[in-house]
Amino acid sequence: ALDPHIDKETMTIHHTKHHNTYVTNLNKAIEGSALAEKSVDELVADLNAVPEDIRTAVRNNGGGHANHSLFWTLLSPNGGGEPTGELAEEIKSTFGSFDQFKEKFAAAAAGRFGSGWAWLVVNNGKLEITSTPNQDSPLSEGKTPVLGLDVWEHAYYLNYQNRRPDYISAFWNVVNWDEVARLYSEAK
Amino acid sequence: MAFTLPPLPYPLDALAGHGISKEQIDFHYNKHHKGYVTKLNAAAEKTPELKEKTIEQLIKEKAPVFNLAAQIWNHTFYWNCMSPNGGGAPTGAIAEAINKDFGSFDKMKEEFSAAAAGHFGSGWAWLVKDGDKLKVHQTHDAGCPLADGLKPILTCDVWEHAFYIDYRNDKAAYVQSFWKTVNWDFVNSQL
Repeated sequence: ALDPHIDKETMTIHHTKHHNTYVTNLNKAIEGSALAEKSVDELVADLNAVPEDIRTAVRNNGGGHANHSLFWTLLSPNGGGEPTGELAEEIKSTFGSFDQFKEKFAAAAAGRFGSGWAWLVVNNGKLEITSTPNQDSPLSEGKTPVLGLDVWEHAYYLNYQNRRPDYISAFWNVVNWDEVARLYSEAK
Repeated sequence: MAFTLPPLPYPLDALAGHGISKEQIDFHYNKHHKGYVTKLNAAAEKTPELKEKTIEQLIKEKAPVFNLAAQIWNHTFYWNCMSPNGGGAPTGAIAEAINKDFGSFDKMKEEFSAAAAGHFGSGWAWLVKDGDKLKVHQTHDAGCPLADGLKPILTCDVWEHAFYIDYRNDKAAYVQSFWKTVNWDFVNSQL
């Protein structure tokens, strides 16, 4: 659905292999424990509550599951364009303009060395751009993600190879701003 | 230009018979490895003192120079660890050292493969010498054993760019192919 910006083969492997593996491994890690009652967002928001012997597995695979579950909702074949309403206002007042926001977000995405994510988060009511390594979630730092971009190489290699900046540019064409706005209004 | 991209020890399609395709190596060497060299030269333009140093010396620097220098070094080492005539069982001093420190080649292969396939995110699996003992070691992102006081003996790149064209998400299958390429002569020379 997101062709040509994010190709079908990437979406298929990304969802059915990578994301699926995080779910499988998370389930394995928390099997039989009281943690199995928590939602994945609850798990990553409070990693200290996770027993040390499985904390890394939960951080990595719980993070992977939380991040990707959110990511799919933020993409749409009808996406792109610009945000409107309160979110647009807040982006403008925080970053100067929508273009300046895109520039800063793109820089965070391109600058994340190795595997990770770029994020627009709400932190204490304010919008911030940040990035996390590996599958770490902003939720673990008490920040609420409202927009995220996966910059693990598996997210773009088939179509873009090493050209991460081209992938980042294409991403703007599929951003589901309605969902971003909804998340923002809930989080602020 | 202060820093140069070392030549690949073999043609781009040399490892295709062992499961690492020409396209995979072309992107890996000509885009990623070369890209690190280009970026380091750009950094050296801005900070000329960097030009006075070798790659090994720059590995002692902090990010972002560390990332570039270490990735240049790591990739050069990686290409040398592989060969179209590679694979099979180790011979010579390395074979003895592996048997002494792991019990057998199969046991070392199992441990190394688990480290490679199991590494979370970008990184490298290594066989290193720690003092007089061979060990399996993992580094994350641009991590290089030289910075940890360890002697690199063998490496496998497990950044997704190293295998995604040929293997998609199947990192374990890539690692299996890697064993078919290992240049034990080079590995012996590093001991």
